[in-house]
Amino acid sequence: MPCILAVCEQSEGKLKKVAGEVASEALRQGQASGLPVVAVTIGPGAPSAAAALAPFGVESAGAIEGASVASYSGEAYAAALAAVAQAKGAALVLLGATSFARDLLGRLGALLSSSPASDCIALSFANGAFRARRPVYAGKAILTVGFKATPALASLRPNVFSATKVAGKTTRVETIAAAAAPAKCARRTGRVDAGGGKLELTEAEVIVSGGRGLKTPENFAKLIEPLAAALGGAVGASRAVVDAGWRPHGEQVGQTGKTVAPKLYVACGISGAIQHLAGMRTARTIVAINKDREAPIFKVADYGIVGDVDEVLPALTEQAKALRAAH
Amino acid sequence: MKITVCVKRVPSTAARIRIGADGRSIDEAGVEFVLNPYDEYAVEEALRICEKTAPPGEATVLCFGPDAVTKELRNCLAMGVHAALHVPAPAGDAAARDPLATAQVIAAAIRGAAGGPPDLILFGRQAVDDDGALVGLMVATLLGLPAVPDVTKLTMGAGAVTVEREVEGAVETYEVPLPCVVTAHKGLNDPRLPNMKGIMAAKKKTITTAAAAAAAPASTIESLELPPERKGGRIVGEGAAAVPELLRLLRQEANAL
Ligand SMILES: Cc1cc2nc3c(=O)[nH]c(=O)nc-3n(C[C@H](O)[C@H](O)[C@H](O)COP(=O)(O)OP(=O)(O)OC[C@H]3O[C@@H](n4cnc5c(N)ncnc54)[C@H](O)[C@@H]3O)c2cc1C
Ligand SMILES: Nc1ncnc2c1ncn2[C@@H]1O[C@H](COP(=O)(O)O)[C@@H](O)[C@H]1O
Repeated sequence: MPCILAVCEQSEGKLKKVAGEVASEALRQGQASGLPVVAVTIGPGAPSAAAALAPFGVESAGAIEGASVASYSGEAYAAALAAVAQAKGAALVLLGATSFARDLLGRLGALLSSSPASDCIALSFANGAFRARRPVYAGKAILTVGFKATPALASLRPNVFSATKVAGKTTRVETIAAAAAPAKCARRTGRVDAGGGKLELTEAEVIVSGGRGLKTPENFAKLIEPLAAALGGAVGASRAVVDAGWRPHGEQVGQTGKTVAPKLYVACGISGAIQHLAGMRTARTIVAINKDREAPIFKVADYGIVGDVDEVLPALTEQAKALRAAH
Repeated sequence: MKITVCVKRVPSTAARIRIGADGRSIDEAGVEFVLNPYDEYAVEEALRICEKTAPPGEATVLCFGPDAVTKELRNCLAMGVHAALHVPAPAGDAAARDPLATAQVIAAAIRGAAGGPPDLILFGRQAVDDDGALVGLMVATLLGLPAVPDVTKLTMGAGAVTVEREVEGAVETYEVPLPCVVTAHKGLNDPRLPNMKGIMAAKKKTITTAAAAAAAPASTIESLELPPERKGGRIVGEGAAAVPELLRLLRQEANAL
């Protein structure tokens, strides 16, 4: 019986934020295509993560566990997921476009002889076939592709597809024994958390980014971090300040950094170079603060303030804090 | 130690993108094509490993694409790569825009290459035209090789390599048995620029042309469009005095707070 397989990323029993987005989009495509949806979680903690899908209206889920997936390995996880996709007769397999999918989507494509569509911003179903829309050329164009092979494979850009809660559903969780891993695997031997509890840029709803206009590394701590905290957001940076060693590469937004689609993106002292825009063009609302009225960022920003970061950011931080306190 | 590096020719990241007449590809008129930025890290890493192994290793660069790719291959030879293999794809060939077909052609070229299978195959993290981040791991899986993507640190060991990759909020370490595949991310190294000696030496190196390979694409390209224009924004005001109005708009108009 063909179905839609929603691969819901989890770690030690806790669903990742994008997992709800993947589950909800799978259910929407299920309604459009008439296909039933099966969600799957994989690795240690898979059963409790699968059970946690009920609020998204997932009624049937598989929890893939076993010796081959007890410790993380891209080869082993891809082999196990491909086996489940075949066993369930999946017509469409969806993942969230996080580093998890960057390690698995290509492998699944080779194992299932299908060309995946990565980092999609829209899916559709018409006359019996799925299609995907995805940014290419660093978001400077949008490509629409069709799938000639089955299953169709796609990863969904985080923060773009809405995760919708559905009341009164319980998830029937079936445990699935993971298929054997290939003989040669890359095994994960270590993992160091980079900055505990720091909001991950690609998952943050609000991002406050600083550029060379901050003039000194200290101004990031003095002006950017307090504003990010006041807005409950994460800190981003342009390549100029990352290359200057002011901020870690993990905070770089843009062509050779991260691509983010937050609800609100505040660009401070950033000129708006094409390679920076590539990473944040799909933010829902963009605010720019720059002393140069002609800075390119103002052409993309929904709202701009022409002014000096030293003067504008402290005022914005104070008044944003007061606003949140009042609500 | 034999290393193969797969490279792609792509429009420069500063190129203005215009949609071509077919509505499915870009208008290439006036567009500058360059070696994919992430592939430079892969070429540099191959050269560094070759220089560090005794006897020195040998790096070969491979590209599946139109005849114009010889410019990028020549560039890699000038950086110090020892040999180059061009797998011809007629311009506009659908296979070259399909991840699975591209991976099948590259895997076949590597299997069939004279001198036997390489110990290490390096790719860029992604190509900045299709932004797929797929071909490296697809080739690894087709060849039955272990692989790690988006690598920012690589240490050669005996019969294995230790690599690091950044994930959300953490840095992971992997042990990978050779032969294997790694895709290169920014931060892995600082790519060298070809010097005069390299450019002269490159002239004496050959670019072998493999037989044209056929592979059926597993996807169809329906359309290529420019993103919807962001509706014109406006400057709310100047200096700190504009902050109250900005916050009001963000709350009431943009519903962003
Ligand atoms: C292949 C490639 C990849 C790249 N990838 C990326 C990427 O991933 N991310 C990225 O960001 N860049 C990337 N770039 C670099 C990009 O082209 C720009 O160089 C970079 O984004 C500029 O950073 P910036 O805006 O901080 O600095 P600048 O361009 O110098 O802009 C500083 C801005 O601050 C304003 N300013 C100065 N002082 C003040 C003040 N006191 N108050 C308010 N405003 C002030 C100025 O008016 C100016 O507009 C890449 C480039 C290439 C070639
Ligand atoms: N036509 C090609 N020829 C050789 N290598 C390629 C080709 N296309 C992609 N690659 C390699 O695969 C990597 C990822 O490409 P992509 O999956 O298209 O993002 C690139 O950085 C190159 O290393």
